[in-house]
Amino acid sequence: MKAKEPKKRKEKKKAEMPVPEADLDNYMEPGPEAAQTLEAEKSPPGRTGLRASLDFKARGEPFVWIMGGALALGVLMIIGFLALVLWNGIVTFYPGPVEVVTLKNGQRIAGEPFRSESFRPSDEQLKGVDPESRRAIREADGFASRTLYRIGNFDIYNEDFKWAVAHQVARTETPPGIFFVERREWGPFIGFIKTLTLDGRRIPGEKVSLDALYAAHDEAVDRREAVREIEVDEIGAINYYIEEDRLALRRTELDYGKNSAEYRTEKEKFERQTKERRAGFAVLKKRISAINQEDEKYKITLTEIGGREKRLRLSEIVRLYPANNLSLFGKIGVYFSRWGEFLTDDPREANTEGGVLPAIFGTVMMTLLMVVFVAPFGVVTALYLREYAKQGTLVSIVRICVNNLAGVPSIVYGVFGLGFFAYTIGIRIDQLFYPEKLPNPTFGTGGLLWASLTLALLTVPVVIVATEEALAAVPRSMREGSLACGASKWQTIRNIVLPQAMPGIMTGLILAMARGAGEVAPLMLVGVVKLAPELPFDSFFPFLHPERSFMHLGFHVYDVGFQSRNSEAGKPMVFVTTLLLITIIAFMNAFAIMVRNRLRRKFVEGQF
Amino acid sequence: MVSNAVMSEQEAEFETTAYHPVESELGSVIDIENFSFWYSEKQALFDNTMKIQKELVTALIGPSGCGKSTLLRALNRMNDLIDGIRSEGKIAIEGTDIHDPRVEVIELRKRLGMVFQKPNPFPMSIFENVVYPLRVDGIRDRNLLEETCERSLRDAALWDEVSDRLQDNALGLSGGQQQRLCIARAIASEPEIILMDEPCSALDPIATARIEDLIAQLKENFSIVIVTHNMQQAARVSDNTAFMFLGRLIEYGETKKIFMNPMNVRTSDYITGRFG
Repeated sequence: MKAKEPKKRKEKKKAEMPVPEADLDNYMEPGPEAAQTLEAEKSPPGRTGLRASLDFKARGEPFVWIMGGALALGVLMIIGFLALVLWNGIVTFYPGPVEVVTLKNGQRIAGEPFRSESFRPSDEQLKGVDPESRRAIREADGFASRTLYRIGNFDIYNEDFKWAVAHQVARTETPPGIFFVERREWGPFIGFIKTLTLDGRRIPGEKVSLDALYAAHDEAVDRREAVREIEVDEIGAINYYIEEDRLALRRTELDYGKNSAEYRTEKEKFERQTKERRAGFAVLKKRISAINQEDEKYKITLTEIGGREKRLRLSEIVRLYPANNLSLFGKIGVYFSRWGEFLTDDPREANTEGGVLPAIFGTVMMTLLMVVFVAPFGVVTALYLREYAKQGTLVSIVRICVNNLAGVPSIVYGVFGLGFFAYTIGIRIDQLFYPEKLPNPTFGTGGLLWASLTLALLTVPVVIVATEEALAAVPRSMREGSLACGASKWQTIRNIVLPQAMPGIMTGLILAMARGAGEVAPLMLVGVVKLAPELPFDSFFPFLHPERSFMHLGFHVYDVGFQSRNSEAGKPMVFVTTLLLITIIAFMNAFAIMVRNRLRRKFVEGQF
Repeated sequence: MVSNAVMSEQEAEFETTAYHPVESELGSVIDIENFSFWYSEKQALFDNTMKIQKELVTALIGPSGCGKSTLLRALNRMNDLIDGIRSEGKIAIEGTDIHDPRVEVIELRKRLGMVFQKPNPFPMSIFENVVYPLRVDGIRDRNLLEETCERSLRDAALWDEVSDRLQDNALGLSGGQQQRLCIARAIASEPEIILMDEPCSALDPIATARIEDLIAQLKENFSIVIVTHNMQQAARVSDNTAFMFLGRLIEYGETKKIFMNPMNVRTSDYITGRFG
């Protein structure tokens, strides 16, 4: 109270003062009285401290804790997620031992231990259990443990995995002679080598030397590759040219009609050419059968743990190793060999095995194409909105709409892309430029081009918003400086504004890229397929085929995880593929960030 | 103070400008006739008439918000960048009305170099900064560009300091150097007039002194209009001084006279620091 007294008096005095000059003076140089007032206001004795301690909001600490806690939680979730993906992705390809489990009822299981868990057996399951184990289970509050084994040999057992309950296990051993054989078909085989036939010579299993086996296997793989090369490249090329000829003929038919002279000469030419080309087939087929004959001489007979045999050609094996007899070095070798296959091979066995090269290719290709579309489109739009359009209600409405576009479910974009790009524009393009291929659609169905355009549409709001922000951040003085030099508006934008906004625009592109590369739902409608027969890039003119459907890592994750025969077998692949997708996005982002930082350094260098 | 301002505004309605500038032998370069200017609803300039003399330095002084920057920016139509502006009256540069629809604003701006309050070099090399006005004209001739660059930098008294690092980023220069670089840029396209909008307000006294020396040299070839808050600076560098208040030209005359013996009481109030 006391402290406020003089101030009040002062205010009264001020109001009474009629002469403005006097007021001014007073204002400029506060008299001793005024100084006292200020002093008193600053520290009313004892009260400030009391009030502050009572008012929770007046103290910053609790909020710092809340904010810090929120940040920590967020970081923890991200790190937890990344660690999960990273760990599961990294360990998947590491070869484990193969255990042979003998159950108390005499049954034997051979397999890679996949995972263990504790479970609560039902009363039904407990019936046949011996009293000792039953007591142990009771002591553990009714829980027992079990291990899932990957037993392979799907063609014999009709299942890939088997549980072994701990209390039913009589003994577990790791026999040194057991092999883990990855086959091109039917998944892995786990068992022993009974005989090996090399060049028609039969060697009993116990006398097989690993080196000879591996050498023979390498040769077999080379033969398989040779056959594949002939089938895909050479026969593929012949088929391609025959198809081209057929299309040329069909074009002539469409242009001139079936009864014209042009058509007849063309048809004659076509038949002659096709005959010549077909002759090439016979030669290639002969080569293939020669290789296959050679291949027949190299065979292996395997026996599974129950004694049933399986005889197959060496070339049908992807990789084999004595699981329990492998040095650390050997294990690492298998590990990297599996990664190599994953990164550079085509998928096999409904995508659950083999590699993902086409998917990597499709993902990167689509993302780059998307950036190519979205960058100019988004930047030009933002330029108009920020630099040319008269700022008013209309522009505000447009801006709000653009922001809202970011909230539309992505599947809706997929429907739009399919309906508009593929079924409206694509079909027109087919009618105009590819009539000879109809009724087979060229552009009139989902494909790389339409998928990129759809994703460009999906991510364009991000780019527009980021670009607008970046443009607004370019100082007015820069624009004025340029205009005052006699530059036109466009020259100013081109020479001064855009280069300076570039880092911000790049940030927008990075965000758009990350969003686009990770999107799956719309892609399922506009061109991503489970298994693409051809890459969208090959050695036939015009090399890039944007109309082709393609594979995508994001879809691959979905496909392997939820659409495959055996979800248990697909799970590790889900993690590996996710890890790969995240890595690719991280690499693309890192590259973009590097470019951005280079640009930024140029503009900030030594400012004052 | 508020009541004072209101009073002046009322009085100003009836006041005529005290008009006694030094006449240049070359005559006037800019003729401003009954020029008024509005930002949307707000009127910023009221019916101003003055002749700016050729190859002399004209200083515009006055308190903040008096319209001196608006007037300066009206000369090269920089105000066009703002939405909702409107003007009346006439501004003629060498006899051409700048608001004539046939006048290309880009061509107009090439005739008036402008230097801003805060140094605003572009984030490019020193060389590219200086030749920017030529670049936007589409000139590619390397020799001509280099020649212009050297001449402009010499004229702006910056050549000796930067001649060995023309390819360095201009943002690495000090504030005073940056402002002289901006002057070099303003004179590179050989304009007739240089407009300076408080060119020294962001600089230290030493850099300010250099710029003032430079102005004295430049007036040999250019007509200069300078807006300044610093009255000593106006007194030092200018031949004519115009005092503006609340959008009106109160007094326009020879600098010496304005500072020693102003004709209008408000001018003398301002100059002696009684208000503002």
